[in-house]
Amino acid sequence: MLTEQNRKVSDQKPLGCWSVKQDQTITCPAVCNFETGEYIAVHDDKVLRIWKDEDVNLDKVFRATLTADVYRIHSVPHTEPLVLFKGGAVRTLDALLAAPQQEIENVISDENGNYFVYVQKVNPNILHKYKLEQEESFHPLSFTAYTKNKILTLLCLYSNGCVYKLLMSLQQRVPEEEQILSKSLLLKMVVSDTVLKGASLAILDKDHVAVLGCLDSPPNIAKECLSIWNTKFQTLQTSKELPQGTSGQLWCYGEKFFLTHGKVLTVIVYKCETSSLATAVGKLKDTQTSGMRTVSSYVNWNTLQEEDLASPHAQQSVAAKTESKRTVSFRDDSSQHDIEEELRQFLSNAQMSDFQATVGYIITGLVNRCKTEPTFYPRHCLVQLIQTQGLSYSLCPDLMAVALDKTDVHLLQLCLQQFPDVPEAVTCACLKSFLSISDDSLQGTNVNLDSVISFIDITPNDQVEKQTETVQNGFSSALMEEDSCDIQLTQKPHVVDTEELCPVGPQKAALLNAILHSAYSETFLLPHLKDLSAQQVILFLRYLQFLYIKCSEKVSTDFPGMLSPTINQIMDWMCLLLDAHFTVVVMLPEAKGLLFSLHKFVRAQVRFCSELNKIEGSLQELQRIKHQKDFGLYSIEMLELV
Amino acid sequence: MGEFQVHRVRFFAYMPAGIRCVAHSARSARLALARTDGALEVYNFAANYFQEKGIPGHETRSTEALCWAAGDRLFGAGLGGDISEYDLEKLRVKYSLDGFGGPIWSMAADPSGTQLAVGCEDGSVKLFQVLPDKIQFERSLDRQKGRVMSLSWHPSGTRIAVGSIDLLRVFDVKSGHAIQRILVDRRLQGLYSCECVVWSVAFLSDGTIVSSDSVGKVQFWDSEKGTLLETHPVSSSAALCLAVSEEEDSIVVGTSEGAVYQFQLLPVKWGSAESKWVRTKPFQHHTHDVRAVAHSATALISGGLDAQLVIRPLMEKMHGKGYDAALRKFTFPHRRLVSCAKKAGLLLFQFPQHLELWRLGATSSAGKDGDILPVSRAPEHLLQLKSKGPEHICCSCISLCGSWIAYSTASRLHLHRVHVENGSVSVKRVPKVPKLLCSAHQLLCSADSTSLFVASDQGAVHVLKLLEPGGCGPLQTLRPNSGSPEAVYLLAASADGDWLAAAGGDWEVNVYSLRHFKPHCTVPAYHCAVTALAIHPVTNNLVITHSDQQVFEFSIPDREYTTWSRKVQQHGLHRGWLERDTPITHITFNPNQPAHILLHDTHMFCILDKSLPLPDDATPLMNQTALKQLSEKARRGHAHAFKICKKYQPLLFVDLLEEGSLVVVERPLMDIKTQLPPPVQQKKFGT
Repeated sequence: MLTEQNRKVSDQKPLGCWSVKQDQTITCPAVCNFETGEYIAVHDDKVLRIWKDEDVNLDKVFRATLTADVYRIHSVPHTEPLVLFKGGAVRTLDALLAAPQQEIENVISDENGNYFVYVQKVNPNILHKYKLEQEESFHPLSFTAYTKNKILTLLCLYSNGCVYKLLMSLQQRVPEEEQILSKSLLLKMVVSDTVLKGASLAILDKDHVAVLGCLDSPPNIAKECLSIWNTKFQTLQTSKELPQGTSGQLWCYGEKFFLTHGKVLTVIVYKCETSSLATAVGKLKDTQTSGMRTVSSYVNWNTLQEEDLASPHAQQSVAAKTESKRTVSFRDDSSQHDIEEELRQFLSNAQMSDFQATVGYIITGLVNRCKTEPTFYPRHCLVQLIQTQGLSYSLCPDLMAVALDKTDVHLLQLCLQQFPDVPEAVTCACLKSFLSISDDSLQGTNVNLDSVISFIDITPNDQVEKQTETVQNGFSSALMEEDSCDIQLTQKPHVVDTEELCPVGPQKAALLNAILHSAYSETFLLPHLKDLSAQQVILFLRYLQFLYIKCSEKVSTDFPGMLSPTINQIMDWMCLLLDAHFTVVVMLPEAKGLLFSLHKFVRAQVRFCSELNKIEGSLQELQRIKHQKDFGLYSIEMLELV
Repeated sequence: MGEFQVHRVRFFAYMPAGIRCVAHSARSARLALARTDGALEVYNFAANYFQEKGIPGHETRSTEALCWAAGDRLFGAGLGGDISEYDLEKLRVKYSLDGFGGPIWSMAADPSGTQLAVGCEDGSVKLFQVLPDKIQFERSLDRQKGRVMSLSWHPSGTRIAVGSIDLLRVFDVKSGHAIQRILVDRRLQGLYSCECVVWSVAFLSDGTIVSSDSVGKVQFWDSEKGTLLETHPVSSSAALCLAVSEEEDSIVVGTSEGAVYQFQLLPVKWGSAESKWVRTKPFQHHTHDVRAVAHSATALISGGLDAQLVIRPLMEKMHGKGYDAALRKFTFPHRRLVSCAKKAGLLLFQFPQHLELWRLGATSSAGKDGDILPVSRAPEHLLQLKSKGPEHICCSCISLCGSWIAYSTASRLHLHRVHVENGSVSVKRVPKVPKLLCSAHQLLCSADSTSLFVASDQGAVHVLKLLEPGGCGPLQTLRPNSGSPEAVYLLAASADGDWLAAAGGDWEVNVYSLRHFKPHCTVPAYHCAVTALAIHPVTNNLVITHSDQQVFEFSIPDREYTTWSRKVQQHGLHRGWLERDTPITHITFNPNQPAHILLHDTHMFCILDKSLPLPDDATPLMNQTALKQLSEKARRGHAHAFKICKKYQPLLFVDLLEEGSLVVVERPLMDIKTQLPPPVQQKKFGT
């Protein structure tokens, strides 16, 4: 909603436009009362007008004539609008409407050359009055304020281009004597003789302020520009010239600037990077950096929603979206559902260059909120973000801790599979957590079972008969060799069922596989492995043994698939685990059988290998003969069939 | 008793063409399969997966999509931009129609089988109406940008899901408008510079769309909201094709790494109503791109560029151990590509566009079982006959004396007179070969090389007199008494020149008397496809093998099954024999041993000795090694009728030459593999 000097309340694409009569003048920016959806404006200093969207003629709407001149009306969400009079008095709108003709006191004293700050606390009404330190020949242009820990911080922009910081405590009672505020220099924007005119100031974050104004240094033509300054390093972050002039007013909302530029309202998206010296250096010369981009000169008010200013219809950079996302994720009141919806949109058309950084940024925001707000856990969003595959542990170090806290095994599995840099301590924490969860509670979780399907049948097995040994005439290797099993055919030895069944359920197996698959360094892993309890060690060992035996059944000694553990991983973990818990395992009675069978199996394998070594020469000879037999494209042979 | 010199031939450089697409018809239990050279094959699942029909390829035809519609009619479309209907009775393309949309990448019939939707290069989806004897352009859906790579009808027939480049769309069939546009993510592992081709889509009845793409993802989408439901990365290269079971509880996906994955809709928890798609089983039966998959009620079917068709039964759907319960791989055709001039010791090899004539080598030594004899004369490549034109050769033969070579393409019969004298070969084309009105499906020369038999449409067999020194007489035609619509695909002539047997697509075997030039009799009908025919040179008994591995012997003079054949039926064949997985493709006889029948399939050859007792299931079928260890006397007690040799395989051809030596033509799989192009590039560390 825009108020202009030429007696017109309008917006750019007229959703509604109201004007006062020819001889009247609007004297105060119109505001919207969010609670009631009404608009409030003042014309001719004293006449208050209140109307709604459906009202057409401003002349016919509610009017109230007040006894004193109004300076501004402030509309604050969730409270009644406040009316500020030129004399410095403040009234809530409803109090004023209850008695329009009430007496309005004068608060401001007329002391020439002095500047005062009045702080009015509403409900209960307390008025503080402070005197500003004397400053010769410069005057304050604009100020802005915020409260933190009951301390009011006032930033004041002076016409000499300096921003001063003033601190006021709101706790103390109104003292008798006059207080003089001492100011500290926060930022010095201009050098030497230039004079700042018609400026306004906005706080962006703890290190950044934005200044809109006109720098007038006599030989040059005055240029209006919007600039973002870093107060920490006293540098100009970025600036943008506004050649068509502005009204000198600047609004900030949701990481966007709103300002009038010529005849149009301009929306500018900004982003304040965390201050670091690196980003601060070297920006002074290059004033046209890309830190700030004009999103669209014209706001499509039709699609302008409360949160999502960056609507899909208006042309915009993706960064704008990112920003709005970030805003959303930080907003304490946005529900998980909203975040999910926003994220979906963001991911659906995100193909930008700094995708990875942005995802990292979003996830950090979400995780931070998870940490502060115990009920907040946007599982689906987190999964989606991880699946973008651009993340690593170091980009969001707290994510896995949060997931561990919530025992979100699916998320942990994803992290373990995708992060190349999970620290050993976290890997071990995951392992511990996985081993202690019961198989029953894992049933129905979303764990990806791809890594176990090659050795555990996960299909519901009431229908599955034991796979009967079937005839594959031309293809079974046994039959390939001529008549090799003629006589034994009837007593063909059946493959003995592996006496071992998998000691853990498929979900747990998949989770443990993710652990086996993760990268580690032995030195760092060993101390953490010692944290496992004896029961957990036994269970894990039994699973590893099961894998080892399953692996060894196959000629290739490896399971198919990208995520299945390899025999080397299995062996390494087994050794590590035994190293870490050797003394415990040796003492435990229930581990005895396990160790014994492991020992037996390994010994059998070693023996088998040594036997193979012995006959290596013969095998090579056989192969040589076979190759020899396999000569040429043509031969004449003798064959007798009896 | 049976000692042979064996000419072991491996110089037939046969290369099967890669499989491009398949279409399974649950209704008729048949699988249609198109190869990269444009050839079409139809496998009959009810007849032990016998490849019962084949339409030869064509240089310019490349079939990208096949579908069954309107009952058992088969349609194909390809990069030529044409939509064709195949005539499965006459084994040729019935007609072709230009789609006017550029190359066609995909085609699907609507659930009722009355409409075809084709997806074209120019981005249009065109609907064709299936009329009783043609198809007719109906309308186009709204044209969009980007070629249409894949499409699938919703089971209700009101929507079509279309896969394109980087995009999925849903069309409303009635209005023709695109009602949903879904962006498919390019990214799987960080790379998103290359486009994402949606190779295959499937539209499920609950509105879920399943897509597989060049990035290697299988994704499930909600077609109403246009949102992604699930992503399953299955491959680091492309997921090329997918197929859904009829119950929509299982999906099969083929990838360019040769792996096939099954997805199943399984309950989230035991007994829970909520279910979820889970990747359950990986299979690696192929070495190259799996370009085509199909899902029958009991099996996953996949075909790859390594030319293998793999039928992988789903064990949970199997009841007991049957023929269907085993994994089947098909690499070689179920028909004969080699013919042999027994008297001259020549072999004729049939390739898609040429023929090769070879003379076998010779040896002057003798030896005992297992010996490899020194070759005194090497085999010789005598002749290469190139066929002209874009059509591929569909059948060929050489006369027993080796002086006539005949071959046929879809439109023309060619006849050549060959003279082989002292190492010099001359070949002369026989002029004025009568033009056939329809294509030949099989060729055979009579034993005395005076006639050529041409198997043709509607059960007819044409007979052409071969005249010296290089001419031919007019065409005469034999027709069966029962008017059969199906083409004849197998022929057998008797050695005395009196009889001719012909088997057609309706599995009827007709015997003609050549002396009287009229039908003699019809062999009693049997419910399974005929895979090979031969007439015994001494007894004139017709031996017939079927795809269910049954063997019959029918006496032509007596017009009835022989006593031996009845005995076999009563006794039953050995279980091991019935469970073989490839059909008998050739039968021959040993004139010196009238009781012997020589048969072969891809994995064995067998001498069936009618004088010996039939084995029962308790005795091993393959007993050669064991018998050889026994004394002469003891052997007699253990010998049975089936003398099987598995030394040579895979076998494309076995025949007995006139002088008594055996010729076997092998094509080792390794030789085929080495000639395939390298499989998908796989990134190796450090390269």
